[in-house]
Amino acid sequence: MSTSPAVPGPAAFLEQMMLIRAFEERSAASFAEGRSPGTCTCVGQEASAVGVVAALREDDLILTNHRSAGHLLARGADPGRLMAEIMGRSTGYCGGKSGTLHVSAKELGVILTSTIVGGELSLAPGVALSLSMKGSDAVVACFFGDGAACEGIFHEALNLAAVWKLPVLFVCENNEWQAFVHRRETMLTENIASRAAGYGIEGRTVDGNDAEAVFAAAAEAVERIRETKTPFLLETKTYRLRGHFEPDDQGYVDKDELATWRARDPIATLRSRLLSSGALTTGEAAAMDRRVAERLDAAFSFAAGSPWPSLDQLTTNVYA
Amino acid sequence: MRTITPYDAIGEALAEEMRRDATVLAFGEGIATKRHDLVAEFGAARVRNTPLAEGIIAGTAAGAAATGLRPVVDLLFAPFLTFSMEEIVNSAGKLRFLSGGQFSFPMVAMAMTGAGWGVGAQHNHNVEAWFVHSPGLKVVMPSTAADFKGLMKSSIRDDNPVLFFLDVALLHTPGEVPDGDHLVPLGKAAIRRPGSDVTLVSYAKTVHGCVAAAETLAAEGISAEVVDLRSLKPWDEEAVLASVRKTGRLVVVHEASRTCGVGAEIAATVAEEAFASLRTPIVRLAGPDAPAASSWVLEQAFVPQADAIAEAARGAVARTLSLATA
Ligand SMILES: Cc1ncc(C[n+]2csc(CCOP(=O)(O)OP(=O)(O)O)c2C)c(N)n1
Ligand SMILES: [Mg+2]
Repeated sequence: MSTSPAVPGPAAFLEQMMLIRAFEERSAASFAEGRSPGTCTCVGQEASAVGVVAALREDDLILTNHRSAGHLLARGADPGRLMAEIMGRSTGYCGGKSGTLHVSAKELGVILTSTIVGGELSLAPGVALSLSMKGSDAVVACFFGDGAACEGIFHEALNLAAVWKLPVLFVCENNEWQAFVHRRETMLTENIASRAAGYGIEGRTVDGNDAEAVFAAAAEAVERIRETKTPFLLETKTYRLRGHFEPDDQGYVDKDELATWRARDPIATLRSRLLSSGALTTGEAAAMDRRVAERLDAAFSFAAGSPWPSLDQLTTNVYA
Repeated sequence: MRTITPYDAIGEALAEEMRRDATVLAFGEGIATKRHDLVAEFGAARVRNTPLAEGIIAGTAAGAAATGLRPVVDLLFAPFLTFSMEEIVNSAGKLRFLSGGQFSFPMVAMAMTGAGWGVGAQHNHNVEAWFVHSPGLKVVMPSTAADFKGLMKSSIRDDNPVLFFLDVALLHTPGEVPDGDHLVPLGKAAIRRPGSDVTLVSYAKTVHGCVAAAETLAAEGISAEVVDLRSLKPWDEEAVLASVRKTGRLVVVHEASRTCGVGAEIAATVAEEAFASLRTPIVRLAGPDAPAASSWVLEQAFVPQADAIAEAARGAVARTLSLATA
């Protein structure tokens, strides 16, 4: 059994979130320059990603959705190989075959990015079944959106995981939007975590813009899962600050709603809190900015300078 | 050699493979109830009943397969596969490719289909071509008890997702099954009857119609070769082309609806690869483009029967003669 992860300090969370934000902004810029396809960024949702992933052990496994860059980077993905994958280069995690929407990285325990909304929910119980049949006490973290919680497979996955006692941490990143439809139009309740009761499992809603709160809730949930061998539904309440995908000017979004959530930006809030409490000096903050920029410069030039896949890759890896 | 039903042959295949490989497990809506001998031998963790939820059954199989297990799932009747389509087609079939080869999906999805039980179109729909058309999947559809067993064992050992279609008309009719570790390779056809005048290519129940037709034709002096595909993806192009090059005539027979059915692929391949050997146009004999009815007479009329197969073969042979004398 691997040891539990060390509790990351808030400054470490801040730097990880900054890296994710900067990565997503670069990837959006790269799209705008015509250098890569449009992505679904996780801008605004970084705290949910870093908080949950920090609560996982190295042998825990991850399945995620189309907004996966945050989860991958928080897990330690190399920004260069991730950018290369997005740009369709042979050096990407999947050799350029997945692009942004299906990235998996076995070496990081990331089994799946599903762009089929709910696809991650459909595979997660089976991955957890493998772990429990091997006698491991590792858990599977399955990230999905509030929109995915409207798919039929949400019900099937939670119910099966519950009756088979599978170690799945279901993480619903409730960001108020389901592409171009507001959550209020698709569900009558405020929270998705309340559905847990219907399956006889535990659920909890947490402020998804507070990395430390997310971490604490996720760590507790993971501990409960390992203890009780029962899945857990954790809901992180957050907000997608960029469009659904690139390009999307969010013209359909209520201005007050956007302003409210901009004021709650997880990175700006944590940074100013740490600066005003003295936990972070301006010099340290500036050093963080520099490190993040340097890593991304290196990542981007690695990706842009990487070769395209050879055309024989068109039909390889179809069958084992 | 023993005489057992295909249903029991599947049970033997499961038991033998579970015995030799601890990663093999089976689950579905009632499999632990119906195959309690497997539960007794392998325990409740490896033979499981599931909720009524075909999407998550298939998805769980895919997730388990990606991470080291070899699940066999029973999805009951083929039309229920529509609820599992996402997981089978988008996940099991595509994720090996999309991951750049990082993951494989060794799983078997079983489903019953075909005329015979009068259950109508929401239980009887031969949908094998849907999966043949989807990348990353393999598809098998046996016609004999021995092949049910041997193909099931090979499907379980295969590192790819395999759709295993069980023709209900055959499922409880006993047949001979060899003793021991009987394996039938995927992608290999079987010649059920050798012949020299016309090739009848088929799979599942209509193979038996072809054999009966060949017997009738033999009495009339027409020698028909019957090729049982057994695997639909990959299918044995070599065996079919070799037969057609010998006979010069091809009749493709299946129960599934004609348009874009498996027979269309076979006909097209033969036209591309063995055109010079053809002495007569290819004939396709298939179910109509209609849902299957429940009524016995309509259900049987849906299926190409031995008489119709013999007539089609006769026609092909006669047509060559008229072309030759024209
Ligand atoms: C099965 C399926 N239906 C629809 C879509 C198109 N689509 C992609 S993302 C998305 C919204 C998903 O909303 P949510 O689950 O809340 O995730 P979010 O994008 O908000 O992170 C939609 C409708 C899809 N990719 N897959
Ligand atoms: Mg959403």
